[in-house]
Amino acid sequence: MNFIRFVKGSVQLFFRGTKTYYAWLLFLFVLIVWGAGGYAGQLRDGLITTNMRDSVSWAFYIGNFTFLVGVAAAAVMLVIPAYIYNWKPIKEITIFGELLAVCAVIMSIAFIVVDIGNPMRFWHMLPILGTMNFPYSMLSWDFFFLLAYLIINFVVVSHLLYSIFYQKEYRKKMVLTIVFLSIPMAVGIHTVTAFLYNALPARPFWNSALLAPRFLASAFCSGPAILLILFQILRKVTSFEIKDEAIWRIAELMVYAMFIYLFFTIAELFKEFYSGTQHLLYWKYLLFGIGDNKELVPYSWLSIGMGFAAFILFLIPKTRKNFVTLNIGTVLIYSSVYVEKGIALIIPGFTPDVLGQIYVYTPSMTEIRTAVMIFSLGSLLFTFLVKVAIAIIFENYNIGSIRREEESVRIQA
Amino acid sequence: MKKSNSRRSFLKNISLASASALALSGCSLKELEKFFQKNFRTLSEKEKKQLIEELEAEYKEKYHKEFHLSDKPAMDGTLFGYALDISRCIGCRKCVYACVEENNQSREPQIHWIQVLQMEKEKGIDFVHSDVHYNPETVPEEGHFYLPVQCQQCRTPQCTTVCPVKATWQEPDGIVVVDYNWCIGCRYCMAACPYGARHFNWGKPEIPEEEINTEMHYLGNRPRMKGVVEKCTFCIQRVREGRYPACVEICPVGARKFGNLLDPNSEIRYILENKRVLVLKEELNTQPKFYYFFGV
Ligand code: SF4
Ligand code: SF4
Repeated sequence: MNFIRFVKGSVQLFFRGTKTYYAWLLFLFVLIVWGAGGYAGQLRDGLITTNMRDSVSWAFYIGNFTFLVGVAAAAVMLVIPAYIYNWKPIKEITIFGELLAVCAVIMSIAFIVVDIGNPMRFWHMLPILGTMNFPYSMLSWDFFFLLAYLIINFVVVSHLLYSIFYQKEYRKKMVLTIVFLSIPMAVGIHTVTAFLYNALPARPFWNSALLAPRFLASAFCSGPAILLILFQILRKVTSFEIKDEAIWRIAELMVYAMFIYLFFTIAELFKEFYSGTQHLLYWKYLLFGIGDNKELVPYSWLSIGMGFAAFILFLIPKTRKNFVTLNIGTVLIYSSVYVEKGIALIIPGFTPDVLGQIYVYTPSMTEIRTAVMIFSLGSLLFTFLVKVAIAIIFENYNIGSIRREEESVRIQA
Repeated sequence: MKKSNSRRSFLKNISLASASALALSGCSLKELEKFFQKNFRTLSEKEKKQLIEELEAEYKEKYHKEFHLSDKPAMDGTLFGYALDISRCIGCRKCVYACVEENNQSREPQIHWIQVLQMEKEKGIDFVHSDVHYNPETVPEEGHFYLPVQCQQCRTPQCTTVCPVKATWQEPDGIVVVDYNWCIGCRYCMAACPYGARHFNWGKPEIPEEEINTEMHYLGNRPRMKGVVEKCTFCIQRVREGRYPACVEICPVGARKFGNLLDPNSEIRYILENKRVLVLKEELNTQPKFYYFFGV
């Protein structure tokens, strides 16, 4: 009964909001419909509607998957500094971080589902029902890590929100234990995802021990970016309190992450360019193009340029502490990592292919539309969850308020 | 045994329940049965037999011909090996098309299990400077030699290790096969194969009715569906019946040799003994059973 009340109340909440909020919903809705049109074509005709072919057999979808795993991982890792520096709203930071993680994991799994040729056979991957290739296949590891991570985060946020909603004390010990469990898990999901590529000796571009560390560093740049923006919005529209210092501190931590990423990448580039073996070709294709094939060059330099600009903006204390430049930097680093993971990580791994042939890949309209569909569905889910969370945490939306409302309705009647 | 029984009845229960649900929505029972079909390696003999009969009927309906679908297992004491004489190959691509016909590869979109690479004589075996799309009036071309590449039937295949659902494996006679009804189409194996030997059905495969090969093996050349991976199987439908693979038979210059590595009197053994052989990308430790040699 109470649960039904909760669901009913939350659904009502979802449709309540300002004009900007409605515009945002409408915007997402239009994107979802447009994107779904593209995906329908892929469902009907198969993956031939993408630009992937035998030479480049993984591409934009898998890149998006990787990016989102990074977001999911970093969102929770933000709990560490919040705890160490004793930022006041640590509970709120945990809740919003984990909500983001939950949405990001769901979206990343969605990208796998649209990428595989027979999504209906997904159950073959399960233990007992199917024939899971565990522990040999990194993909089954990844699947289970993601699933476990999703469940853990979901349990924690829903328990926290549930207890606030029912005006009960949450189980501090349990929550704290699980949160501290989910931090190594966050590192775990991203490492396992890196190992997915890393494990393939056939692809020298990925077969470097620095791949997993670089993954983590770049995730630490993009994941907090979303939360930086979200915290500022929350601070404006709710009674959520986070001090400027905490926001600047997050930005500062992001600079460290960027620096580490830069260092790892330079180490990688040094090894490749100085030894100048045939394995250099993949980097060459990415950065300069091979012969007339320069398709990826604009993407890679765009990503590098945006990354550097963000690095400078975050590094100089004056621009870091100015909210205009800070937010520009946030958008830049987010976009930079997105392009890096979506395009620059996967495609050079396949170009040239294992037999030295070059197949030129850029995402097709179907792929872009499908990706837009998943991103806008994910954003819709995130909006909804955040909305309910805001109401519960800041707007006294709880079991008492629902009861009172029902009372008043009855009295009026 | 008991466990798998209860699992089967569990599956049956689910399929019954969902069958009734789906029957209402107009979905055919046959499709549902297909949905719940198990990995080929976990099927009992009886289930295999029934499955094969169903498939034969299905193919007949589709292509209006009598089919023979075999599920013949590996014979004891066989380990198939292949050797290709680089000095003879003239790059005519006859093997490519013989393979397409024998193994019912899709004509539209085109799938080729064999890729012939044109290489520069001066560079030796160098993939980066090779070309699959060479197209001169006549072959061989001045200054070039040819290197056909297909599944190297690795002894330690990376494609099977990475498959998340065990849809691809190495048979006792060394042939790496795919269960097309089990493959989820994740293409991890394609990323893992160092020889570009695995091919994906990006669209719905099309084979003209008059060109279909009716002699089939379950793990080989039976028609594939959209969204699954396929690859060279040494013509499993032929070699398990004691015949040569189609590419060996068609090659006009006799560059292709095939046989049982465990038989000391086989031609393949003779080549290993008397010629000097090499394998591609030996540094990856895939240990191919597909050798290259220079016969003259
Ligand atoms: S060549 Fe490729 S497909 Fe064939 S067995 Fe080796 S890894 Fe697998
Ligand atoms: S594409 Fe099929 S055979 Fe290849 S790894 Fe995925 S499920 Fe296995």
